[in-house]
Order: sequence, then structure tokens, then C-alpha cells
Amino acid sequence: MTTSQVASVDRDLWPSLRRHTQARIGLGRAGTGLPTHHRLELQAAHAAAKDAVHSPFEPDVVAEALRGEPTVRVRSAAPDRLTYLQRPDLGRRLDPADRAHLPVGEWDVVFVVADGLSSRAVHEHGAAMVRATTALLPTAWRVAPVVLAEQARVALGDDVASAMGATMVVVFVGERPGMSAADSLGAYLTYRPMPGVTTDADRNCLSNIRPPLGLTYETAAAKLAGLMGRASELEITGVGLKDESDHMEVSERLL
Amino acid sequence: MSTYTSTLGGHRYRFGSLARLLAAASPERSGDRLAGLAASSAQERVAARWALADVPLTAFLAEPVIPYETDDVTRLILDTHDAGAFAAVAGMTVGGFREWLLAADAGELAAVAPGLTPEMVAAVSKLMGNADLVAVARKVRVVTAFRSTIGLPGRLATRLQPNHPTDDPAGVAAALLDGLLLGSGDAVIGINPATDSPKAVRDLLELLDGVIQRYAIPTQSCVLSHVTTSMDLMERGAPVDLVFQSIAGTQAANASFGVTLGLLDEAYEAAKALGRGTVGSNVMYFETGQGSALSADAHHGVDQQTVEARAYAVARRYDPLLVNTVVGFIGPEYLYDGRQILRAALEDHFCGKVLGLPMGLDICYTNHADADDDDIATMLTMLGVAGASFVICTPGGDDIMLNYQSASYHDALYLREVLGLRPAPEFEAWLGSIGLLGEGGEIRDVSGTTHPLTAIGRELAA
Repeated sequence: MTTSQVASVDRDLWPSLRRHTQARIGLGRAGTGLPTHHRLELQAAHAAAKDAVHSPFEPDVVAEALRGEPTVRVRSAAPDRLTYLQRPDLGRRLDPADRAHLPVGEWDVVFVVADGLSSRAVHEHGAAMVRATTALLPTAWRVAPVVLAEQARVALGDDVASAMGATMVVVFVGERPGMSAADSLGAYLTYRPMPGVTTDADRNCLSNIRPPLGLTYETAAAKLAGLMGRASELEITGVGLKDESDHMEVSERLL
Repeated sequence: MSTYTSTLGGHRYRFGSLARLLAAASPERSGDRLAGLAASSAQERVAARWALADVPLTAFLAEPVIPYETDDVTRLILDTHDAGAFAAVAGMTVGGFREWLLAADAGELAAVAPGLTPEMVAAVSKLMGNADLVAVARKVRVVTAFRSTIGLPGRLATRLQPNHPTDDPAGVAAALLDGLLLGSGDAVIGINPATDSPKAVRDLLELLDGVIQRYAIPTQSCVLSHVTTSMDLMERGAPVDLVFQSIAGTQAANASFGVTLGLLDEAYEAAKALGRGTVGSNVMYFETGQGSALSADAHHGVDQQTVEARAYAVARRYDPLLVNTVVGFIGPEYLYDGRQILRAALEDHFCGKVLGLPMGLDICYTNHADADDDDIATMLTMLGVAGASFVICTPGGDDIMLNYQSASYHDALYLREVLGLRPAPEFEAWLGSIGLLGEGGEIRDVSGTTHPLTAIGRELAA
């Protein structure tokens, strides 16, 4: 193949492909390197993500969006952001004083909205996901007050569920910011969690809840409620419980 | 349990077990501090290294860092130890072994590998500087093959990683096209799926298999789902090239990933039986990373680098096509900054290679670690010199699904150019056949052109 065969300019291809993905595709080259413009764009995105990691969680924002629903606030055993980043063990445990304030009951499920590594994700999507998921649950289910957790990791939900007597816990947590997405929410479902015994293999996870570019609330809530229903029947979560729902797209048309 | 002592600066240091000694001798990192295992002072760390240098290699066979009775990885290590291969170094201390490694040639290193345990290799790495880790690793050649051959001298392969946050096939295909046009994908085209749904995973497998077949690309695909999902899909006739699994260095940490050695044995046999490789039959792909055992509270008081090396004993059992450490992915609580991530990358690559694995790297960092793209460039260059089998590449160095930064396709072009490294031979020939290879063997810049491969994208755009 000669150069002339591949030399005709096609400026429209990459812009049209970028409709399908936020990935940094078709950036072009300067030798083997990136063009200056793209290099600086990457640095700007990294700077924004780094700044996002350190923005504080505001439980009021979520409580306000959940107005009408009972909420309760807790902190983990990590006293500040810097400690939280270096001591995940503390982020998985409740502050003892806050544990004592949690309402005990025969709850079928408790929702925990946890800041994780992006309070922005939780501020933007946490309340909407609680509402969308709750709406799909059987009316007979006893849903505990929503727990708003600060400096919290996923396994803090085990401690919460155990302290409240809840059968199942769903933790909505801010995922660590990427360069294209600083507002991605994850959902972790665990059946009958036991602090210190439950492992990640005992959970089911949905990630990248972030409409309109990631999973929408409707899709995520439907998947989650489906998993919760089957978890309740089978009394299990984790690798033994697969997400069998249909995939949204088919690949056949592409090829 | 033995006690180890040494005197430094007028102070006598005691280490109550081999595991304590290894942990105290380990270069500083946040994960060992988190676990409460790190040396409490700089002098204690060096004192531990003095003591470690005098430990005979046979001590690692006599005193397992995790008991034989309670851990199947320990049993795997000791039950498969090759005493014949070990004989060449059996009389050495850890300090003497370091000197032997630095002077050994490729043949000697290959011959001794089955006689080495992860703990021996981890121990000697703690006495080595970054340059030592490069110098020894670059002498080791581990060659594996499926549809392309990985690990030949003068070659560097790449994993093309076209991830998409919702597994959208159009988005995946667009990123796939981008990577192929930049000469990437000879190690594997590998996707981390957003969910482990068998239907979603199968759709992605069919998509990748379709592209590989249509363009006759000499590479393999992998959707990095749980091993049980892959087994299920193989049974249902899905086009599974490589079986993937994340693994760790203790039985309990593997349990936290939902895997056992028995399960891996089963998956390995099933994948081999498919016989989908053309130039080789290595069918497994593993990822590892320092900190995963501690993260699962399954480290048994062993430092994170030693536990990581034990994961390579698990990998070694299955003659994998590819193994990579996802160094830096797990976060600043395990590797705090660019300096610690670089050190870990060199250790993992060294340990994997010396134990006989086709070791590659996902050189990466998260946005809550103290690192940036300059650290990627530094690590990439050192690992290229060290002879890494492959590196993971993402569009612009930014993975929009996993939310972390890795090397970019451009970074791989840079590395191949400055070090004169070429793609896997089968893939290189394919690049030539589709007009992507320049006269000097470089990847031609075809951005902004209607290269025939852009048909992948043009159909999407239509």
C-alpha cells in the first residue's frame, strides 16, 4: 500500500465517533507524542479531578433532595479527608457515637449514601437513585431511614446494616474521579452483611451511574431492584448472583 | 519461629519472624504502614536488610510466611518446588543470591526459576536498588503465544483497552479503531466490562471476535469478567480466547475475589480444550497488584510486596499468556506517590520475570494519589529498559470506565521509538500488510486519512 492510498483527508470521522464515547480518541500525533492542545487538555482534566477528590461532603444537599424521607447522618472512624485517604480501615467503621444513634428495626433494606471519593457524584445522583430504586421495591418491604455517611467506604454499609438489624444493604458511593468523569456513582448490594466477615465477593456492584453519559437512574434502579428481589429469594449476593438482565445494545449491527 | 537480629548505629534490632524481617526490610510504602508492618525508622529498615542478607535461601522452605496448613497458596508453593532447579543456588544467602542474579546469564536465570519461591525472590528484591531490578529482569526472557508471540527480545507488546462506561458496543468499537490505528493491541484487545452480566460480556466478546476475524488480526481478545462467567460462556459456545482472573497471594485474598485454585484449574482446562490459539496455546490472563490482600484483610501479617510475589506462584501454575500488575490502581493508601509506584512496578516486574512469568504492567495512577503523567513517562521508560513483555494502553492515557490514568497509545509509540522496540512479529507483519508500518518499522501517522481500517468507524458513524 502506498502513501497516496491512505492520504485523503477525512476530518469528519472522529467527531462522529465521539458521539459514542467520551474516550480521548483520534487525538492525532506530533511525532510519537500528543499535540500540545491535547496535552494541556489532559492536564486540565487531571487538575479538576484532583481538586474534586478533596471537596467536602454536604449531607444537607442529599437530605434536602430526599425531603419527605427520613434520614440519619453518620461519620466513619476517619476524622478527616487526609486520614480517610490513607486509612481505608477507618473509613469502613462507624464512629462509635454515631453507631449508637442508628434506629434499630426489622428492616428489609437500608440505603446508605456514602461520599467515597467523590462527594460530587453523591450530591448529584445519590438521592435520585434512592428514590428510583425504592419506587421499584415491593410495597411490603420495610425500608430503613436513609443513612448519609461521611468519610465512608463501601464496607461501612456492613457496619450500618449490622447495627440497625437490616437484612440487606445498598451503598451508593462516589467512585474515584477519572479525567472524563468526576461524578460517577457506584451501587453495592450485600445480603446479610457481617462486618469483618463479608468480603467483596459477597457483593453485587453496578458502576458508572451517571446520566446521561453513564447508566441512567431508570436502568440502574431496574437492575438493582431486580438483583435485590433475587437476593431476597435466594438469600445470597455476590458471585453466586448474576445480573441476567438483557444488555441494552446489540453488536450485530456494527459488523 | 526463628528470631533475626542485627546491630546498627549501636542499636540492636530484633525481628521475631521471617515475615517480620521481610516487612521491615521492605522499601517504604504506605500500605505496609497501614498494615502496621513497616520499619519504624530508616535505620531499622537498613538493619533488617543486613539481617536479611545473611538469611539462607533454604530458610524460606523451612519457615513459610503463611502456614502450610491454613493456606493453599503456601501449599502450592512448597508442593511444586523443584529441588533440582534450586540446587544451583541452594547454598546461598539472600545477599549472595543478589550477587549471583546480577552476574547470571539468561540460561542460568531460566534454569533456576522453577527452584525459586516467591518469598526468596521478594526477599532478594528488598536488597536491590531500582537499577538492580532493571538489570536482572532485562536478562530474563519468557516467551508465550496464542495468535501472537509475546516476550521475544527487542519486542514490546501492548494491550489495547477500549473500555466504555456502559459497555456500549459503538463506543467500544470507536476506541478499538483508535488503538489499532496507533499500532496497539498485539498482546490482547482487552475490555474491562462495566457489569459481569453474561449477556453483556458475550456481546463484547462477539464484537471483538468479529473485528479480529474480519481483519485477520493476529491477536487475541479478552473481556475481563469473573472466571465463573467465562466458564459459563465457554460452555454456551461464546468466542472466549483467554480466560481472565484477578488473583492474589493468599487463599483468603483469592476467596475475596471469589476464586479457588480448583476453580482456576477447571477454567484452565476448559479454555485449553477450545484450542483457539494459532501459534501457541497459552490461554490464561491474570492481573495482580500490591495491596489487594491487605485490602481484603487477608495478608496474614506479610508485607504487601511479598504477598504480591506469592500471587505469581498462582499464575505460574497455569502457563499464562499474559500477567500484569496493575501497579498504582489501588490507591494512595497502598502506594502513596509516584516514587512508591515506580518502585513497586520494578519489583513486581522483576519478581514475575525471575519466577518465569510473561510479566507486563498496567503503569497507572488514580486521581487521589500523588502522581501525574510525568510519573507514567518515567515508569514506562524504566520498564521498557527492563524488558517488560507488554504494557496496557488507553486512549490518551485516560480510562473512562475504570476512572484512572494509564499509559496511552502515544506512550507506547514513544517507548518503541526511543528504545528501538518492535511489536509482536505476527502483529508487525499484519501492520505492514495494512499499510500502517513505515520503512523504518515505525507506526505511520494516518490520522485524518481514510485508512481501510476506518471502515470500522465509518459504519458506526453512518
